Amino acid sequence: MSQPEKAYSISVENLTKKFDDFVAVDKITFNVKKGEIFGFLGANGAGKTTAMRMLIGVLEPTSGKGEVAGFDIFKNSRKLKKHIGYMSQKFSLYDDLTAKENMRFFGGIYGLTNKEIRNRTKELLTHFGMEHIEKERVSSLPLGWKQKLAFCTALMHKPDVVFLDEPTSGVDPSIRRQFWEMIYETAEGGVTVLVTTHNMDEAEYCHRISMMVAGKMITVDTPQNLKDKYKLETMGEVFLHLARGYEKEHAITAS
Amino acid sequence: MTPISAENIVMNYGKVKALDAVSLKVEKGELFGLIGPDGAGKTSLIKILGTLLLANSGTAEIEGMDVVKQYQNIRRQIGYMPGKFSLYQDLTVEENLNFYASIFGTTLEENYDLIKDIYKQIEPFKKRRAGKLSGGMKQKLALSCALIHKPKVLFLDEPTRGVDPVSRQDLWDMLQSLKKDNITILVSTAYMEEALLCDRISLMDHGKILATNSPDGLIANFEKPLYAIRSGNSFKVIKKLKDYEHANSVYPFGDWVHYTDKRDTIDPLEIKSYLENNDTTNVEIKQIKASVEDCYMSLTSKNQNYEPA
Ligand SMILES: Nc1ncnc2c1ncn2[C@@H]1O[C@H](COP(=O)(O)OP(=O)(O)OP(=O)(O)O)[C@@H](O)[C@H]1O
Ligand SMILES: [Mg+2]
Repeated sequence: MSQPEKAYSISVENLTKKFDDFVAVDKITFNVKKGEIFGFLGANGAGKTTAMRMLIGVLEPTSGKGEVAGFDIFKNSRKLKKHIGYMSQKFSLYDDLTAKENMRFFGGIYGLTNKEIRNRTKELLTHFGMEHIEKERVSSLPLGWKQKLAFCTALMHKPDVVFLDEPTSGVDPSIRRQFWEMIYETAEGGVTVLVTTHNMDEAEYCHRISMMVAGKMITVDTPQNLKDKYKLETMGEVFLHLARGYEKEHAITAS
Repeated sequence: MTPISAENIVMNYGKVKALDAVSLKVEKGELFGLIGPDGAGKTSLIKILGTLLLANSGTAEIEGMDVVKQYQNIRRQIGYMPGKFSLYQDLTVEENLNFYASIFGTTLEENYDLIKDIYKQIEPFKKRRAGKLSGGMKQKLALSCALIHKPKVLFLDEPTRGVDPVSRQDLWDMLQSLKKDNITILVSTAYMEEALLCDRISLMDHGKILATNSPDGLIANFEKPLYAIRSGNSFKVIKKLKDYEHANSVYPFGDWVHYTDKRDTIDPLEIKSYLENNDTTNVEIKQIKASVEDCYMSLTSKNQNYEPA
C-alpha cells in the first residue's frame, strides 16, 4: 500500500522534552521537504541529539507533535523505525565484524531477505566505491571509512529519511568531503537527510539549517539567506553571531 | 630543560603501525598542535608522552625526566585530558572536579581562576551526573579536571572534538591564556583551522609526522597556485571541475571550491570559460592563500583511497 504523498517528510510542531524540571527541547517547530539536506546546528547541550532521538521514535516526547516519513512519532514509532535510518553520535558498527558482515547484520535487523541483503550490499558498496573494503574488519578501518560504512548500513532498508548525528567529527578532511558527496547523492535520490555538525564548512553544504540554543530553535533558513541577513561571509560567523547574540539575553533584536 | 622531547617513537598494534619513528620537541611555554584525523597516531603519541603507554621503541622525556623510568614524578607535574571520556559517569560534575582536585592535594577553590572560563559554562549543571551531559559538555568537564592541579605540562587529546564553535573559540582563548602562566601545552585536533591558533604544529597521518612548522611557515610552503571558485551551485562546479582534464585537486570549502591545476601557469579566465561553456553560470574565481586544510590534503593526497593492509 502506498502512502499518500505528503508535502513534508519531517514535520514537527511544538515538540518538547523535559527531564524532570529541565527542558531539553523546548517547543520546536519545523518542516523538512523530501530530498532536502537539513542541518541541525546548535551549541553543546542545545538539544539536537534529544530532538533527534524523539524523531526516530526511541525517546517519548513530553508534548508536541511530530511526523516523520508519514508516521506519527508518538503513535506509530514502531512502523516509523522501518522507514528511517540512523547514525548515532557514538559509533554504531560492530568492530569485530567485516564491512560486509555488518551490512548483513543490519539488513537482518530491518527484516530484509538474504537475497535482498546481498543485492543491496553490493549495490551500496559499488555505488559509493567501497567494494574493496568488503572483507575488512571494521576495527582495522580508519574512522572516515567506518563512518562511510555506517552510512551504508543506515541505508540498507532504503529509508525515506536518514538521521546523522555528528557523522564527520574527527574524520580526515578529504574523506569528510567524500562523506558529503555520499550525502548529496543520497539526497538527490529523494532521501531526506537530517544531519548535525559542529563543522561550519559543512553547514554551508546543507540546503537549509536550523539553529538551536538552550532547547529552542531560534532560526531556520538557508545558509545564503542567513549570511545575507546578517551581512556575514561564512556560516561560522553566523553561528558565532547567533549563539553569542542569544547569550546576551535575546531581548535586543539586531539593528 | 625541554618540556617535551621524543625521539624515534615506534608503536605497533599488531600489524598496524600507530607511530612510525616519530620525533618531536616542544619548547617551554609553547602551544604545540598535533593536527590530523582520527587514526593519525595523535592519541598514542600523547599517551606515551603522558606515561600511560609504553612505546615499542624510542625515547621520550618530559621536563628532563624519562617517561619510562621516572613516570611517577612526571605524573605529578602533568595534566592529561584523554580523548575518550573517562570521568566518573555516576558522579556529578562537581563531584568529579572535587575528586580530581583531592587526588592532587588541591581544591576547586584554590585553582578556580585557572578553569573558570570553561567551567562556568557547565557550572549551572554542577549537580548533574556526568553521564547525562551532552557530548560537548563532557569535554568541558574533562578539561577542567585536567587543569585543576595547575600542571607544568598539559596534554590535551582532541579537547574540541564534538565541541560547538562558540565553545571551541572559548577553549582556544583559554589555552592561549594558559601560556601566560608558562604552561607548556601539547594539544591534538582534527579541526585543521585550529592549527592557526598554535605556535607550532605537526601534521600527522598514518603514524607519521608529515611536516612540523609554524602555521605561517607551513602555508608558505604550499607549492601550487590555489584558486577559489564559486557559482550558485557548488555541487555542479565540483563535478565539472573534476571532469576537467587539467584539474589537479578539487575540494569543497564551505560555499567555495578550492582548485589547483596540473599545469605550472594557468589563466583563471580559461577555467571560468570552461565552466561557463558547461552550463555553469555566474562563476567567480580568485587566487587565494592556502589554508592549513589545503596543505594537509595536498600532503596526504596519495592516501585518500584506503588500501587494505
Ligand atoms: N537522560 C537525560 N537526563 C537528563 N538530562 C539529559 C538527558 N539526556 C540529555 N539531557 C540533557 O539535555 C540537554 C540536551 O542534550 P543533547 O544531548 O540533546 O544536546 P546536543 O545538542 O546533542 O549537544 P552536543 O552538541 O554536545 O552533542 C543537555 O543539557 C543534557 O545534559
Ligand atoms: Mg548531540
